Amino acid sequence: MTDNKEQFRPADHPNDSFILTTVVGSYPKPKWLDRARDLYEDEDADFDENAWQEAKDDGSRLITNEHERAGLDVVVDGEMRRNEMVEFFADRIEGYEFKGPVKVWGHNTFDKPSVVGDVEYDGSWLVDEYEFTASVADRPVKVPITGPYTLASWCFNEAYEDDAALANDLADLVNEEVEKLVEAGARYIQIDEPALATTPDDHAIVGDCLERIVDDIPEDVRIGLHVCYGDYFRIYPEILEFPVDEFDLELANGEYEQLDVFTEPEFTADLALGVTDVHVAEVESVEAIKENIKKGLEVVPPERLVVSPDCGLKLLPREVAYEKTAKMVEAAREVEAELDEGEIEVGRGAVADD
Amino acid sequence: MPELVATSPGLFPLPDWAKDRLSDQKGHQKHDLISGDEGKEIVETYEEARSEAIDRQRDAGLDLIGEGQLRWDDMLAHPLAVHDNVETRGIVRYYDNNNFYRDPVVTGDLTFDGDVAAELEAAVELRSTSRQHSSSSETAAAAETDSLQAVLPGPYSLADLATDEHYGDEAEFLDAVADFLVGEAEAFPDVETLFLLEPSLVENAPGDGVDERASEAIDAVADAVDAEVVAHTYWGALDEKVYAHLLDADVDAVGFDFVADQADNLYNINEYGATDDVALGLVNGQNTLMEDADAIRERVEWVDEQTPGADFGKAYLTANAGLFYLPYSEFEQKLQALADAASAQEVKA
Repeated sequence: MTDNKEQFRPADHPNDSFILTTVVGSYPKPKWLDRARDLYEDEDADFDENAWQEAKDDGSRLITNEHERAGLDVVVDGEMRRNEMVEFFADRIEGYEFKGPVKVWGHNTFDKPSVVGDVEYDGSWLVDEYEFTASVADRPVKVPITGPYTLASWCFNEAYEDDAALANDLADLVNEEVEKLVEAGARYIQIDEPALATTPDDHAIVGDCLERIVDDIPEDVRIGLHVCYGDYFRIYPEILEFPVDEFDLELANGEYEQLDVFTEPEFTADLALGVTDVHVAEVESVEAIKENIKKGLEVVPPERLVVSPDCGLKLLPREVAYEKTAKMVEAAREVEAELDEGEIEVGRGAVADD
Repeated sequence: MPELVATSPGLFPLPDWAKDRLSDQKGHQKHDLISGDEGKEIVETYEEARSEAIDRQRDAGLDLIGEGQLRWDDMLAHPLAVHDNVETRGIVRYYDNNNFYRDPVVTGDLTFDGDVAAELEAAVELRSTSRQHSSSSETAAAAETDSLQAVLPGPYSLADLATDEHYGDEAEFLDAVADFLVGEAEAFPDVETLFLLEPSLVENAPGDGVDERASEAIDAVADAVDAEVVAHTYWGALDEKVYAHLLDADVDAVGFDFVADQADNLYNINEYGATDDVALGLVNGQNTLMEDADAIRERVEWVDEQTPGADFGKAYLTANAGLFYLPYSEFEQKLQALADAASAQEVKA
């Protein structure tokens, strides 16, 4: 593990301490972008491929700039071009097929794809998205990618012996995509593996996949792993063996009940800590978020701490998503200033008592 | 070879047109799910979808026809989710699937409800109308021979999926859930079979004492109907003690998931014996990969060979789990494969 976090410190950063602020990825789409998609999908509407491309570019530009306005150190375009975290990739990978919507809960459905043959890399998935976002951003850009284990678990597997075999093949494709992203200039990649939370016993499969993904990727490229909504004690400390720089964890939603899991044995990676809850529409105060950030300092020192919301923000009203992000940045800057002044002691016990 | 009977464990997917229409009619928040007092338009949509579900099963040629459980937004938790003395709270994960249901919290006595009986009455009505109005001689002929099947969660699984804030004691709660299901089942119209779905017996196996109680609870529900009762288990094989206790219940058949596990299911049958009839979960209700009729029949023969001590009178051919996991056209093909597998025998005979 190398220290590749410092490269993201903005030139005009106000404090000596640097707690990197970023988001997990998704962000509420402006209503007009959803309408534009409806028009694009309506054969009778006068709205062609070019118009749809223009709408997506505008959406991407808008949310990238909104992230910068909120003060984030590393931005994303809010995944404005993506529909759903599995569907988007399955649509671009040879071997997947869509057979119809299936139930998730109640009468709500999603287009769960089937893997009907060997998965193959059939042209880049995210390089265009990255290049556009980087061209309109003044800050570094992070690229979230749905991980191979989740891409394997959340589909119908018709073609492979088991999900592990499918996940391994998919990991090779993710590796190919990450290589292309790095060539295009990307320095911060986040692998999203929410499926690990539902089947924690499969952590070894995820570990094998990550080895394949980082193969031949330069060490100065920061690789994060996002896992959410699970019982972390079932995957810790085993995940410390994973070849990633940081773990992005959802902990605000459970009011840090699971924080202790990461203190014994010692957490040796960087921690990207969820410090706002994405499942409540109330915006937390700067003071409350500062307390959450200090929870992170119980696990790692400031130079190894990153803060972000618990998970993607896309289900929140847009103004709430913005306020949560802006207040999170404000809170991080205040904690940094207090660290610089020696007002906060780092480590367990020191902050836990205040 | 036992007599083959084509059926399914129910919990069908909604037809795509119904998914679209309900999405407009119901909304997308958790309070928009089925509550038991839905309005006229929504009732009509489900009625139309139920009619289609019955036609599909009849067209495929299934021997036992269910009403489809299309209203069961909360899957097996449905009978409690619509109950007056149950509050539906947070969205929680359904077993280790990537599906979710509303946590049904029991806050008062589990009195008689009648929701499932009303669905079956509607199915009886639809079946008789379809029989009278059928212009195709084939469908009319099918209507003469197929029979109605009811589906309920088994008492252990239903208690396992729920949260108790009223009875206060695990054993008392299981008995209360069993009593509730007895009342529901007693109100059913005439049905040929009752499938009691008990995935929790596998997924969250009952320990000492509770295994016996779970079996007694199933026995109580089975005694409430004048029908063949199948206690269907899935997502693996039962612990042997749980299986041994289950055999004490007065059920006509135990159902085994041969998609998820072959060796342990065979072991249980060979080691502890079996009911007179059996349900064989041979079709994967959770994968779009298709089994054809010949492959299903080969598996039936294989199970028959591998269980030399058992002499099953009837074998219910079924999907291992509810079929809502599948896209609609794959669901239809799976029903067809099951029906074809069973009818191949009739042709040969």
